[in-house]
Amino acid sequence: MANTILNVDGLHVGYRVYGGTLKVLDGIRLVMDAGEKIAVVGETGCGKTTTMKSIMGILPRQAVIRKGQINFKGRNLLTPGTEARGMRTIRPKGVSMVFQDPIAALNPVFTVGQQLSDVIKYSRGQTKQLSKQSVRDAAIEVLKLSALPDPERILTNYPFQLSGGMRQRVCIAMALSTAGDLLIADEPTTNLDVTIQDQVLRLIRNLVEEQGMSLALVTHSLGVARQMTDRIYIMYAGTMVEVAPTEGLFDKPFHPYTKGLLGSVPKLTGEGIGLGIPGRIPDYLKPPAGCRFYPRCEEALPECKDNKPELYDVGGGHRVACFLYR
Amino acid sequence: MPENILLINKLKKYFPTTERDRYVKAVDNVDLALKRGEILGVVGESGSGKSTIAYTVMGMYSPTSGQILFEGQDISCETSRRPMPVKKDLQIVFQDPGTSLNPQRNILQILELPLKVHRLADPDNTIRKVIELLEMVELSEEYLYKYPRALGGGERQLVAIARAMATGPKLMILDEPTSALDVSVQAKIVNTLIRLQSELGMSCLFITHDLSLMRNLAHRVAIMYLGKIMEVAPTQDFFERPLHPYTQMLLSSIPVISKEEETLKPDRITAHGEIPSPVDIPPGCRFHTRCTLAKDICFTQEPDAIQIGPNHSVSCHLFSED
Amino acid sequence: MEASTVSLKEARREGMRRSWYRFSRSNVAIVGLVGVLLTIVLAIFAPLIAPYPQHASAFVDYENAMVPPSRAYLLGSDPSGRDILSRIIFATRGALKMGIGVLAAVVPLGVVVGLIAGYHSGSAIGVIIMRITDIFLAVPPLLLALAVSAVLKPNLFNAMMAVSISWWPWYTRLVYSMVCSIKNEFYTQAAELTGASKSHIMFREILPNCLPPILTKMTLDIGFVILLGASLSFVGLGEQPPTPALGTMVADGAKYMPQQWWVAVFPGLAIMFIVLCFNLLGDGVRDTLSTEEV
Repeated sequence: MANTILNVDGLHVGYRVYGGTLKVLDGIRLVMDAGEKIAVVGETGCGKTTTMKSIMGILPRQAVIRKGQINFKGRNLLTPGTEARGMRTIRPKGVSMVFQDPIAALNPVFTVGQQLSDVIKYSRGQTKQLSKQSVRDAAIEVLKLSALPDPERILTNYPFQLSGGMRQRVCIAMALSTAGDLLIADEPTTNLDVTIQDQVLRLIRNLVEEQGMSLALVTHSLGVARQMTDRIYIMYAGTMVEVAPTEGLFDKPFHPYTKGLLGSVPKLTGEGIGLGIPGRIPDYLKPPAGCRFYPRCEEALPECKDNKPELYDVGGGHRVACFLYR
Repeated sequence: MPENILLINKLKKYFPTTERDRYVKAVDNVDLALKRGEILGVVGESGSGKSTIAYTVMGMYSPTSGQILFEGQDISCETSRRPMPVKKDLQIVFQDPGTSLNPQRNILQILELPLKVHRLADPDNTIRKVIELLEMVELSEEYLYKYPRALGGGERQLVAIARAMATGPKLMILDEPTSALDVSVQAKIVNTLIRLQSELGMSCLFITHDLSLMRNLAHRVAIMYLGKIMEVAPTQDFFERPLHPYTQMLLSSIPVISKEEETLKPDRITAHGEIPSPVDIPPGCRFHTRCTLAKDICFTQEPDAIQIGPNHSVSCHLFSED
Repeated sequence: MEASTVSLKEARREGMRRSWYRFSRSNVAIVGLVGVLLTIVLAIFAPLIAPYPQHASAFVDYENAMVPPSRAYLLGSDPSGRDILSRIIFATRGALKMGIGVLAAVVPLGVVVGLIAGYHSGSAIGVIIMRITDIFLAVPPLLLALAVSAVLKPNLFNAMMAVSISWWPWYTRLVYSMVCSIKNEFYTQAAELTGASKSHIMFREILPNCLPPILTKMTLDIGFVILLGASLSFVGLGEQPPTPALGTMVADGAKYMPQQWWVAVFPGLAIMFIVLCFNLLGDGVRDTLSTEEV
C-alpha cells in the first residue's frame, strides 16, 4: 500500500522485573493508512498502552524491545540493539499523544499558557525564531480549535482551576499544536463522565477529520471504538486476536475472546448480561506457549496449546488469530 | 411490616467548605423509597451526590436534615449510634475492592469478622460457614488463607460481596461495585449479584454511572443531577419513554455497540456544557444551564416532582402544564 | 499464579520466602544483618570469645599498660594494662542492652498511645494526647538524661529511662499520622459499619497496617539509641567503671591522643560499626516491607 503511514510488524516488548522478564507484547502487527481512524481495544493489562508507548519511544527504562519493526512514514524507528538491552525507538516526528489522565499529563505548577507555549516553541520554533506574540496567537488558536470557551482566560489558568473535561481539551490542544500526521489517544475519556466523554470524543473526531490526521484510539470500551473508528484491533494478552472494519466486527465477531467481550457488554436493549469470560489474563512471566487465550477459551482445539495462531483472513478485510478459522 | 424497606424523606447532606457559609450541597432534598425485594438503580455523573446518599444511609455521615427510615425505624444518625440489628441488616459493597479489603488480613479473617460480631456461628463452626460464603460467590476454599493482593480485581469484589452477604442483610447497598473492573469481569459479578438477590429476596440500592448496566439489572431507575433526583421510573418505562431532558442527554451520550441500541437513543438532545459546582447550584431548575429546552420559568423556579403515569415521576417544568 | 494451597502454614512460609527474597536482593542489607548478628553473638558469648575475660572488670596490670596493637593485645592495651579488644567485646553487652531495653519500653507505649490518639483524632482525647506528646518531644534527651542522673544515680538503667522518656513520642507521632489515614480507608469503614468493636478495629484492622514503618523505624532507632547511650557514657552518665562502656572508653582514651591513639580510636570504630550495621539492616527492612510491587 502506497499510503501506509504506520506499520508495526512482529513487535515483541518485555519488561525486566525481579524474577525474569514479563513478556508482554508478543508479535504485534498493526498497519495504518494515512487518514485512517483505528482503535486498539482490550482489557486492563493487555498491552495496548505498551504498544503505543513503543511507537512514541516513551517506554520506561525496564522495557526491552526484543524483536520487531516500527515504520512510520517509511522510516524505521527502531535502532538495532543488543540482546540484553533491546532496541530503542527514535522518537517519531509528527506523532502526538493524548494521555488517559489529564491531571498527570499537565504540570500543576505552570499555567496552561506557559505549558502550551513551550510545546509550540519546541515543535515549531526549531526552524525559525518565533516572537512571543505569535506563540501566544498560536496557543489561542489551538485552544479555540479545541472548543474551549474564553481561551485568553484559560491561558492564565493553572490546571487545577479547570474541570476534568476542560483539562482533557487542553491536552488535546497541546497534541494538536504539534500538528502531526498521527494522533494517538490513550483512553482519552476514561475518567470523564458520559456527557463530557461524548463532547470530547466528538471534538477529537472533528479535529482529526478537519486536519486530515490519522487517529489511533486506545480504549477498553467497544462502544467508544464503534463510535469513533473505521477499523478495530482487538488485543488480548499482548497479541492481536482480531482485526476488522468496525461494522464487520460488530456484525460478526469471530474470535472466542471478541465474542465473550461483546457478550459481556451491558446493552440498552436490556437482553441481560452474558456470562463474561472465566479466568484471568495469563502471568506474563510464563505466558502460555501457544495461543495466549487458550487457558480461558471454551472452544480450544488441541493444537492451540502449543502453537501460536497467525492472523487468518476470513474475508472483507476481517482477520482472526484463531485456529478455528484456518 | 411497611411496604418500603427504605424510605428517604427530604434528605439533605451539606459539607462545609473552607469558606464560611458556603457548603457543598452534595444531597439536596431527596425523597426516595425502596420497595422490599427490589433493585433500585441510582444513576448519576460524578458530583451528583449518589455516593453521598449511599454513605448517609449506611451511617458514615449523619444527615444535615431529613429522615432515613429503615423498616419503619428512624436511622438518621451515624453508625456508632445505631443498634446492632440494623448493622446486621444493612450492608454495603464499595467501589474499589483494592481498598475495601484489608491488605494485612487473609480471606478467612475478613469473612469471619461479621460472623463473629453478630454471633452467627459457633467458634468451631466458623470455618465451615466461611467456606459456605465463598461457595455462595463461586469461589473455592483454596482462597481461605490467601491475602487480597494475591487475588484479581473480580475475585476481590466477590470476596467483598461475600462479606456483605455474611450477615444475611435485608438491604444491600452497592456503590459502583463494578466500575473499577473490566466488562468481562463485571459480567460475572453482576450475574452473581442478580442470582443472590433473587434467591434471597434482598433489596438492593445500586449506585452507578452506567445506564446500560441498569437496563439489565434494576427494577426501577432514579436519575440524579447535582444532588437532586430528576426522574424515577420502572426500568422498562424509563428506557422506552425517557422524559427529563437530562435523562435524554445521558442516554444520547452512551456509546453503544449495536444498531438496535442506537434506535433507543433519543437523538433530540446532544450533550453540551459542564456540570456546575455543587457549591454554587444554579437557581431555578439546576439543569437549566445545560438544557436546550429551558423556558423562562426554569431560570427562577425549582420544579417539583410530577407524577406521570404509574410510578413514573419527573422534576421538570415541561411537564407541569395540566 | 503459583499453585494454590489450602494450608495456612504453607501460605505463611511462602510469605516468608518472598520477604527473604526481597531482603536478600540488597547486598548492603545483608552486610548489615551479618554485622548485627556478629554483635549479638559477641555480646552473648563475650566470656568465651574475649581473649582476657578478666580484663572486663577492675583489673590492673601496669607492666603491660599502653601496649600498642600487637600479637598479645590485638587492639593494644589501656593505661591500666587491660586488653582493649576484650573490653570492647564486653562493652557490646551494655550497648545492646541500651538499644533493646529502650525500644522494648518505648515502642509498645508509643504505639498504643498513637493508636488511641489517631483513632480519636478530631475529638478532645486526640488533641490532648498529641499536645502532651509534643511537650515531651521538646525536651532534649541529653539534657533530660543529665537531669535524671543529677537526681538519681548515674547508671545504665537510669540512662535508659532518661532516653525512653524522650523517645516514645516519636512512635506516637508516626502511628498517629498513619492511623489518621488508615481509619478512613474503606476496609476500616467496612469493619466499623458491620459493628466490630473499637479494640478490634484499632488492633486488628489498623495496627497490622502500621507495622511495616514501625519495624523499619525500630531497626533504624536501635543504632541511634546506642549512639545516644554512648554519648551518655562519654559524659559519664551510663554504665559506671569498671564495667566497660564504649562511650567511657572513648572518653578515657581521648586524653592520650594522638600518641596512644588506639585507646580511643578502636572503641570509637566499634560504635561506628554497630550503629552502621543497624542502619543498613534498617534500610533493608524498609525496602522489604515497602508496599511497592517490584
